[in-house]
Amino acid sequence: MMEIKDIIKPENLVYGKSNLLVDTISHYCPGCTHGVVHKLMAELIDEMGLQEKTVGVAPVGCAVFAYNYIEIDWQEAAHGRAPAVATGIVRLNPGKFVFTYQGDGDLASIGAAEILHACNRGENILVVFINNGIYGMTGGQMAPTSLENMVTSTTPFGRDSERNGYPMKMTELVAQLPGTSYVTRQSAQTAATVRKCKRALKKGIQNVLEKKGTSFVEVVSTCNSGWKMTPVQANKWMEENMFPYYPLGDLKDSKKGESVSKN
Amino acid sequence: MGEYRLMKGNEVLAEAAIRCGCDGYFGYPITPQSEIMETLMERQPWSETGMVVLQAESEVAAINMVYGAAGSGKKVMTTSSSPGVSLMSEGISYIAGAELPCLIVNVQRGGPGLGTIQPSQADYFQAVKGGGHGDYKMIVLAPSSVQEMNDFVDLAFELAFKYRNPAMILTDGAIGQMMEKVELSEFKKRWTDEEVTDKWGSWATTGKPVSRSRNVITSLEMDSLKMEANNKRFQEKYRQMEANEQRFEAIQCEDAEYILVAFGTSARVCEKAVEIARVKGLKVGLLRPVTLFPFPKTVIGELAGNVKGFLSVEMNAGQMIEDIKHAIYDAGLHRKVEHFGRMGGIIPSPGEVVEALEQKFIQEDI
Amino acid sequence: MAKVRGAVVVAKEGCKGCGLCVEACPECVLSLNREVNSRGYHYSYMENPEACIGCANCGVVCPDTCIEIYRVRLQ
Repeated sequence: MMEIKDIIKPENLVYGKSNLLVDTISHYCPGCTHGVVHKLMAELIDEMGLQEKTVGVAPVGCAVFAYNYIEIDWQEAAHGRAPAVATGIVRLNPGKFVFTYQGDGDLASIGAAEILHACNRGENILVVFINNGIYGMTGGQMAPTSLENMVTSTTPFGRDSERNGYPMKMTELVAQLPGTSYVTRQSAQTAATVRKCKRALKKGIQNVLEKKGTSFVEVVSTCNSGWKMTPVQANKWMEENMFPYYPLGDLKDSKKGESVSKN
Repeated sequence: MGEYRLMKGNEVLAEAAIRCGCDGYFGYPITPQSEIMETLMERQPWSETGMVVLQAESEVAAINMVYGAAGSGKKVMTTSSSPGVSLMSEGISYIAGAELPCLIVNVQRGGPGLGTIQPSQADYFQAVKGGGHGDYKMIVLAPSSVQEMNDFVDLAFELAFKYRNPAMILTDGAIGQMMEKVELSEFKKRWTDEEVTDKWGSWATTGKPVSRSRNVITSLEMDSLKMEANNKRFQEKYRQMEANEQRFEAIQCEDAEYILVAFGTSARVCEKAVEIARVKGLKVGLLRPVTLFPFPKTVIGELAGNVKGFLSVEMNAGQMIEDIKHAIYDAGLHRKVEHFGRMGGIIPSPGEVVEALEQKFIQEDI
Repeated sequence: MAKVRGAVVVAKEGCKGCGLCVEACPECVLSLNREVNSRGYHYSYMENPEACIGCANCGVVCPDTCIEIYRVRLQ
């Protein structure tokens, strides 16, 4: 019988930390999807050899400190303004790979105008949209993407559509805009979905490098602290409640100027 | 030999931006400054110098595009008028907090609210005291002629990069719309990334090479001691600006008993008022602040020793008067300081200014 | 007998005890330790190391990237 110590040798390493992930412990809560998506972005930037040409734009929200975790140049944007900041960077540096990383409060609420117009102009950027239907950083308030009847700290008796409107499907909205090229909705709760999400992010990056227009990758995510569940329970709740309203899959795969969705 | 043209202030500003090697312009239409972006779009500098010009979806987006581009080490600007500058104030605060160089032009109109599209100087406080949240300052230049609309663009960028700080040209609808003869600047080449690094240091987000650690543009610092250290560094920078960059023009101040203090359009009116007053036998001079921040308080302190009083002439309810009083107080003196202004988009006449001077000072002295 | 053997190394101090790796493991190798790390988390460990096939699912889902996976092909 082979001993464990004989297996744990450098030559047998098949999975480890990306070189571009900063060696630190993140501020994210245990089980937070942000950590997974950060890891995927670090791996892709490394594997695709893009470190020297990448500029990331961090949002306001839990991912405000994204710049502490990936070894690339970063800019920290004001709340909701990441797509405008990215526009400024990429317009003056068309050879760079620029991406925004935004949550649902940042992208769908306060930054709704900036994201729609950046997508409509077809800025050559990748938008990574983390949608967990809640404001995490400020303590679990209702987001535009909170589900109907979802309990949050500002909808303690559940989101009432008469009072608060309806959960906003940003990905469907941006898919209608001629400026977007690749629009998809993914998740990252199982090994299979994480690997699929990575392929989607990679395709988004490739489209940006080929100047096809805006790539938009939504990752339906959990906020187990805000949802007041364990990480494992939160994944299950997401599958049962978020996925029916936010179905996974590609919404559009084309290039700038083509407005017709392929699905 | 210079190149002379008859041009509008707004048009000159656009031309000066192209000629000084500006990399990018992001703006949103608003009266009375829309000619700036219109001129740029017509000039198509992207095919000439490579300068990018983009019409943003809002002033909020425009200033954040400036933030992004400035963070990548580019020479970028936006222009707007009062209500639009209010919308930009959030972004300006972030730019100051992240210590980025850029140029913001405010072609002022009357307020508050939508106010009027006629010229005003009511955004003085907003420009020199910060405007947005947090303790910060912009370098503020106040042109009083179409020529200075040309000259101050390059100067503003130089100062912005020197101090890694936002600079503002605070002008108004009168100078923006006015046509005058102007000597245009020579064309300067746009800086390359390497030139920016050589001249101003390696802080921009140009993509992280192996040779340096990652550059992060942010105004956020959760450790209070570190944030306080940042604040102290900003304040030290503002004191350096005050020590090195006070600019002004003094007209007939040598023998003056009364000094008019006025900037921009008001200063043009006051030049004429000084002439009228002198004909009347009144010893009146004009001190025209060219930088509003840093305010030329040293010269005001010096002049205060020799004069009976100051009249602050502004197209607002009295804002710069506070800085004049502070300057005199800081010089350890006490002098009478009064304000005369028109509001609502009205430019005072030279006669009105002289009348105000006589009423507020001379009749009382007699 | 399995044709591959695997092993995981959990960086004890980096683990926040979220349990996603435990859930993701198809062979029930991992469990949360009764002990806690210096930050008070019940960190993940190989409770049943013999069963590991080195599929890397645990590492892939780990939000804190604190799991390294090793694999050998048995002759």
